[in-house]
Amino acid sequence: MERLKLATVWLAGCSGCHMSFLDLDEWLLELVQLADVVYSPVLDTKEFPEGVDVTLVEGAVANEDNLHMARTVRARSKVVISFGDCAVTGNVSAMRNPIPSSAKKVLERSYVELADERKGAPSEPEILPILLDRVDPLHAVIPVDYFLPGCPPSAPHIRAALEAIVAGKKPVLEGRQIKFG
Amino acid sequence: MDRHELHELGDKERRSRPRLRIRCCTAAGCLSANSQAVLDKLKHAVAAQGLEDEVEVCGVGCLRLCCEGPLVQVDPQEVLYQKVSPEHATPIVGALLGGSAGVTQGDPKSPFFALQSSVVLDNCGFVEPERIESYIAADGYQALAHALHEMEPGEVIDEITRSGLRGRGGAGYPTGVKWSMVAKHAAARKYIVCNADEGDPGAFMNRSVLESDPHKVLEGMAIAGYAVGASHGYIYVRGEYPLAIERLKIGIKQANKMGLLGSRICSLPFDFTIDIRIGAGAFVCGEETALMASIMGERGTPKPRPPFPAETGLWGYPTLVNNVETFANVPGIIRRGAAWFAGIGTEKSKGTKVFCLTGKVKNTGLVEVPLGTSLRHIVEDIGGGCPDGKVKAVQTGGPSGGCIPEDLLDTPVDYESLTALGSIMGSGGMIVMDDKNDMVDVARFFMNFCMDESCGKCIPCRAGTVQLSRLLTKIIDGRALNEDLKRLEALCGMVKETSLCGLGQTAPNPVLSTLRFFRHEYVSRIKPPTNGRPKPKVPAASADDGVYTPF
Amino acid sequence: MAIKTLTIDGQLVSAREEDTILVAAREAGVNIPALCYVDGLTPVGACRLCLVEQQGTNRLQAACATKVQEGMEIVTNSPRLHEYRKMILELLFAERNHICAVCVANNHCELQDMAVRHGMDHVRFEYLYPQLSVDVSHEQFGIDHNRCILCTRCVRACHEIEGAHTWDVSGRGVRARVITDMNQPWGDSDTCTSCGKCVQACPTGAIFRQGSTVAEMERDRSMLQFLVNAREKKQWNV
Repeated sequence: MERLKLATVWLAGCSGCHMSFLDLDEWLLELVQLADVVYSPVLDTKEFPEGVDVTLVEGAVANEDNLHMARTVRARSKVVISFGDCAVTGNVSAMRNPIPSSAKKVLERSYVELADERKGAPSEPEILPILLDRVDPLHAVIPVDYFLPGCPPSAPHIRAALEAIVAGKKPVLEGRQIKFG
Repeated sequence: MDRHELHELGDKERRSRPRLRIRCCTAAGCLSANSQAVLDKLKHAVAAQGLEDEVEVCGVGCLRLCCEGPLVQVDPQEVLYQKVSPEHATPIVGALLGGSAGVTQGDPKSPFFALQSSVVLDNCGFVEPERIESYIAADGYQALAHALHEMEPGEVIDEITRSGLRGRGGAGYPTGVKWSMVAKHAAARKYIVCNADEGDPGAFMNRSVLESDPHKVLEGMAIAGYAVGASHGYIYVRGEYPLAIERLKIGIKQANKMGLLGSRICSLPFDFTIDIRIGAGAFVCGEETALMASIMGERGTPKPRPPFPAETGLWGYPTLVNNVETFANVPGIIRRGAAWFAGIGTEKSKGTKVFCLTGKVKNTGLVEVPLGTSLRHIVEDIGGGCPDGKVKAVQTGGPSGGCIPEDLLDTPVDYESLTALGSIMGSGGMIVMDDKNDMVDVARFFMNFCMDESCGKCIPCRAGTVQLSRLLTKIIDGRALNEDLKRLEALCGMVKETSLCGLGQTAPNPVLSTLRFFRHEYVSRIKPPTNGRPKPKVPAASADDGVYTPF
Repeated sequence: MAIKTLTIDGQLVSAREEDTILVAAREAGVNIPALCYVDGLTPVGACRLCLVEQQGTNRLQAACATKVQEGMEIVTNSPRLHEYRKMILELLFAERNHICAVCVANNHCELQDMAVRHGMDHVRFEYLYPQLSVDVSHEQFGIDHNRCILCTRCVRACHEIEGAHTWDVSGRGVRARVITDMNQPWGDSDTCTSCGKCVQACPTGAIFRQGSTVAEMERDRSMLQFLVNAREKKQWNV
């Protein structure tokens, strides 16, 4: 059987979901026996590859780069899983949404009002992605197959989902495995 | 006042009338087009010509063809003047002596008038709403006197039951059954409530009745009070109807003074007082439990039923809640008999119904027809059809109703037929739409209305209508995918089945009925699905696998 | 005391005639979901989670506000009810800014538990992200409108048990808010007795004790029922 091509992506989130992924500890060794991790923030791959079987996406869609990445992931992945509360609900990343023109406001607040020196919102076109005015959960911008909520999802929950996936089954999470927060 | 005095007063009023009568509409529609000045000038002109003894100028209620107002009618010549301005007063009075007034004339024998029948509106445009004598001269309060003198309360209820009268607020519950439910409860106190919180967009039937013939409603309420054993009534009028409120106040005062309301009505041991309660602008207060909460000084939000008001209503006492038009039918039924009333209309929907014909139609205004009349007859024959373009649909029942397409206009207007088409009779709004009307936009208009008017108590209505409105906007903007359409339909079903009161339960109707008859207007705006999604080795979720169900 | 016999999920149940379907079901071991209902307060039938199917009618009945009747056949769970309940929960999550991860009530929240119970793994509706305030003017408590689901438990606890009627609802539809007194800051309220019954009643993290941080806000729901029993039935045992 062809080995499963697995990817993990980090959009607008705190990377806590990836930390929780790393908490899979020794089971990670079992995982790499069954699947190739072809793209991840913990790898050095620059480009999201074609033909990925399953992608776990951490984080909400908060800037243009996130949006572009989400679309690339969808086009190149057979199964997309919203990984953690930011991807599933927007969570803390989306807390700026109630503020009108939030992108401008949060930059001003962070880099002007609260800055001690060199006041000024960063602007590096082509290098720093432009913030979107509204942070969206992943399924608001691309079709998502499965949802793995939690802030972060605990390692056993991630394992339960991945075990099903690598066995070629649908991940079925039940009860408190799908608790937000 | 006893019956004899009532007759005498009516006779005296009729005898005092001169041969010529100029009736000027002073209902809200014509008043807003300056008919008060027209009325004043007409009086002046008559005085200037020294015709006071031969000509009576009176301000009456609605003359129905609202789009041509201000309207003035001259009797007995049956001349109808349209779009009358104050300068026209002198020529109109001059024309009484012969010649032409040179003012636009309508035809009182045109289909708009000739094809209508009047039960509820029989006095409308004839009696002076601010003079009780004028109502008494039109046999007013005879029904109340008759009921009190000649009938047992049970007989009154029987009469109403046999007439086949059904609630005119929209739901069509048999009035007699409702009355007997209130009557059968033994209680220290009972209440009569007249629901005059008319709020549907495009509806002004109740306003017209109250402004044109307020005593008829008061009399109907008093008869109901006698029938069910209540001695106190409330009229709950929306605050946006200041003229109706004013005329009701005057009417109640006059009736009290004459002993036709208050203590010992018609010198018999029956007391019935009526108070006005003014709504503060919430549409939901037209829902009976919310209305009662508002009367009691609470926040106007609905409560689960049962218990129904007939059992536990105002302050926990049995309460009869009926619509303005329902009460306005009562004096006629008592005076002319149940058989007469039951002879009008269809087998299950008796009597007439007042409609407000508006929208893309030539003759907009107040229309009363027997139930069972076809929509086509109302829109095309009475209404004169679309002024330009073709009738596309007729919206009945306001935000709780639906849009009936042109090819179904032969449907008879009765409670069951409209319900079968996914609309409702409703209180009587009838909005005509032509081929320029975008039906998805129409659906969104009504959804936004419900969203703004939701009281916020139950979640499906409060949060569901917002989401429905957003989905409709998404479709209109061309951003929606097929799954959004599915979501829209699923959410409509959910809001309909789970909302607490009628507002939420019927809020999806305009969407569902436009989906039923004009689905292509939705589908044509749906974005095609994004292709190029790779075929998965691991099963991807799909709509039918129960894991990820995008409805 | 008259007894009514009815069927709940196929199980024959006897109930007092004044009982609601919700109470009768619970005594028979069937836990019907509800958010606005809480023991000791007048049911209002607002959250619509407790809707059940009744044989012989298409109309769904609010179990918290419907009295038992002889021979009733009630179904408390069906695919349709489950889907409707899930949608109601999603509507609530989309309506305000519920961020479990940073909420004082995380892991002690009835809304969160209800979402878990109904397998709500994401929200299919558009989030509304309203701009809402937090009032911490009271010396002990606070209200975060971002987390309020308008169940009106606080309103009823304050009015019915404490008798203060500090809380009420203003506005309508999606703009409805719970308010203190005449929409004044809670800390300025002349009527609030600081009894904390609203804090015990609140199902989410909306009303909280100040100083509690994420996941620390636990509540004692039985306090309200205890007070009502003590007052009405003179029962002082918990």
